[in-house]
Amino acid sequence: MTARLAPGALVRVRDDWPETRGKVHIRTPHYLRGRTGRVVRHLGDFPNPEDLAFARPARILPLYHVLFDQPPIWHEGSAGDEILVEIYEPWLSPA
Amino acid sequence: MDLETPRAHHDLGGAPKYFCQGIDKEAHALTDFDKEVDAIRQALGAKKIMTVDELRRGIESLPEADYHRLSYYQRWLCSIADNLLARGVITEAELAAALASEP
Repeated sequence: MTARLAPGALVRVRDDWPETRGKVHIRTPHYLRGRTGRVVRHLGDFPNPEDLAFARPARILPLYHVLFDQPPIWHEGSAGDEILVEIYEPWLSPA
Repeated sequence: MDLETPRAHHDLGGAPKYFCQGIDKEAHALTDFDKEVDAIRQALGAKKIMTVDELRRGIESLPEADYHRLSYYQRWLCSIADNLLARGVITEAELAAALASEP
């Protein structure tokens, strides 16, 4: 899978809740589902941990640093506070 | 923010129940138990028996009450035992016998 999101791209995190549908292992924190952030950098390509966690064959996926405004997410902090999170490409779509 | 999302119980970031609790920022020394569990994890990884992703999945699969009751490395050890049982590396009987022989 070739990285298709460039630094600076506005992206939306999938508003999806696989944990309500059965046993899963996911790295996308609950508080970012449906949130919009900005790609900072492509960190490299790694086997999908969602599959590795079950010893299944894993696709190689691009991983990104994505930056979010913090105050709207937790209703605290000051303007300019940010959250930087590593997110795999299938969780992101252009916003 | 939707404060009550259907998050998994281990996915604690921003969980309202912790809003008013202080954060323990002190460094804690590792116990011999902690180091031994870490060594077992490293050996299983080096021998390609269990990945850290499987370790994490096992930790997240612990019942919620156990997850919050157990220490960090106790969670690891429970996950390691579950993974080894699932893989047939050890049997329930062997585990029970080993636990019974502990002083």
